[in-house]
Amino acid sequence: MDVIETEGLVRRFGELTAVDHVTFEVGEGEAFGFLGPNGAGKTTTINMLCTLLKPTEGRARVSGYDVCSQQSEVRDSIGLIFQDQTLDNRLTGWENLRFHAMLYDVPKDQFERRAKELLEMVELADYVHEDVRNYSGGMRRRLEIARGLLHSPNVLFLDEPTIGLDPQTRRHIWDYLLKLRDAEGVTLFMTTHYMDEAENCGRVAVIDHGEIIALETPERLKAMVGGDVIDLCTSDDARSAELLRERHGVEPRTGPGGEVIVEAAGGDRLIPPMLATLAGAGIEVRSINLKRPTLEDVFIKLTGRRIRAEGADTMTAMRQHAQMWGGGGRR
Amino acid sequence: MNGHALSTRRAAGAGGARRSHLRRDLRGIYTIWYRDVLRFFKDRVRIFASLGQPLLFLFVFGAGISAAIGRLGGASGGTDYKQFIFPGVLGMTVLFSAVFSALSIVWDREFGFLREVLVAPISRWAVVLGKVAGGSTVSMFQGALLLLLAPLIGVRFSVLQVIELFGAMLLLAAMMSAFGILIAARQRTMEGFQVVMQFLLFPMLFLSGAFFPLTTGVPRWLLALAKIDPVTYGVDLLRQVALREALPKPALAALSLHPPGFDIAVMVVLTFVFLAPAVWLFAKQE
Repeated sequence: MDVIETEGLVRRFGELTAVDHVTFEVGEGEAFGFLGPNGAGKTTTINMLCTLLKPTEGRARVSGYDVCSQQSEVRDSIGLIFQDQTLDNRLTGWENLRFHAMLYDVPKDQFERRAKELLEMVELADYVHEDVRNYSGGMRRRLEIARGLLHSPNVLFLDEPTIGLDPQTRRHIWDYLLKLRDAEGVTLFMTTHYMDEAENCGRVAVIDHGEIIALETPERLKAMVGGDVIDLCTSDDARSAELLRERHGVEPRTGPGGEVIVEAAGGDRLIPPMLATLAGAGIEVRSINLKRPTLEDVFIKLTGRRIRAEGADTMTAMRQHAQMWGGGGRR
Repeated sequence: MNGHALSTRRAAGAGGARRSHLRRDLRGIYTIWYRDVLRFFKDRVRIFASLGQPLLFLFVFGAGISAAIGRLGGASGGTDYKQFIFPGVLGMTVLFSAVFSALSIVWDREFGFLREVLVAPISRWAVVLGKVAGGSTVSMFQGALLLLLAPLIGVRFSVLQVIELFGAMLLLAAMMSAFGILIAARQRTMEGFQVVMQFLLFPMLFLSGAFFPLTTGVPRWLLALAKIDPVTYGVDLLRQVALREALPKPALAALSLHPPGFDIAVMVVLTFVFLAPAVWLFAKQE
């Protein structure tokens, strides 16, 4: 059964069409990614799915409930992690969780059991009675993830969940998310403009100017830009090329340094038999290099542009500045 | 397991949905109220800082004016000025506390927390009522602190008076919390905060008769403005309750604008007059 279904979803802001006839389904337990530059319509789509924004046209169902006519049911069945933090800095981690449990009507004993479990998983159990304003950015995010899952939602929406975090923290957050997905069977719907993160998703919708321009598994998307590239330096490059052509049905070409270049899908699985062939013919392999296409390459191929990451970084800096100011102000 | 949860939820959603929604919203009101109260009691600095202004008015402003003008309300044994402004300062404390509490919605919006509330499965009206309840509770607590100081300026209350004062504070606090939410409902940033202070709160405070009687020949335009100021009715009621024992009836009547019943009725009506558009604006989905 599909947990999210949309059909011709449109959202206009005056003249601007932020989301333009978007149709897709997300299955249960899937990790589904929305990849695109800032302003592509990712957040607008999430806001419509989580009932914060009314669609101009089209329809969408979440957990089987209509996002316009059954808002309360939709909200009950989803967890949300927004781009900007939505914690109360003046309360402790535990108080934030308890507030959430009260809002979602989670019974007290169930709340305590589950909160402890989730805090254990995101490694915050030791800090839970400290005020959130003393938390680092990564800790806040982890607390939000635990909070988002507290009421056992069907779907967890994550809008740029790792924006503004350092690479190590980003990797950690991903570990938690995938671990929780496996443990809970919760469906993940996330937006990102980080290419490497989108690769963690089962399927990725590439969105640009409000339209979905491709929807596939990361592997198939990458296959669209051609296969992997293998560079070989051997003791006899010419003979190697000939052998590989005969035995493995590939079309090797000669690189600028005389090396053998092979383009093929599934390069990782091709290397061992290729090495065996060359070794069998008494050819010594001096170096071998596998280059895999990234989703960045896919995006460039689809749109002719890079994802505008620079702009995003400026926004991130501004946002962090605002949050710091907020943390130091009356809140 | 997830599929199971999904199906049970669906089954539950079909029947008895109405009743469970209501239950949930009532719980939502309690939750929003609880957070405001929790935050208030955690912030001890704010509790004491907010006492500074009323204390200045009572002990500095009040003492100074009192020494200069003598007794108010006629030669026939009127009231000391400090006693006179005590209910006014009480009203001021409740007014500021209630409006600021409601305006915290804007802080929550600006710093993200409001979204946590807005995507929760509770109705918008429950959020608004929870805010009104929270703002009222916090204001009444501030008022209670001030009541403890009353003996220091020679004002004493009977138990019945204290209960009635709490009732009057509640009416004023609920009305002004609703008013604050009406302002905050569509406000996106705190930049408008100073404007609200300068152009709404201070005029409302000074026109309300908190610091001078409105019955002793004030200019007609001032009296007209005072009558459309909601705070006037709260201060008028607070004063009549607070000074009931200390003043002879005619002296008190000379300082009062309306009968207490009228003040109460106006505040109850205005609370709903502010609340209805506040809920509507707050619930309006973009």
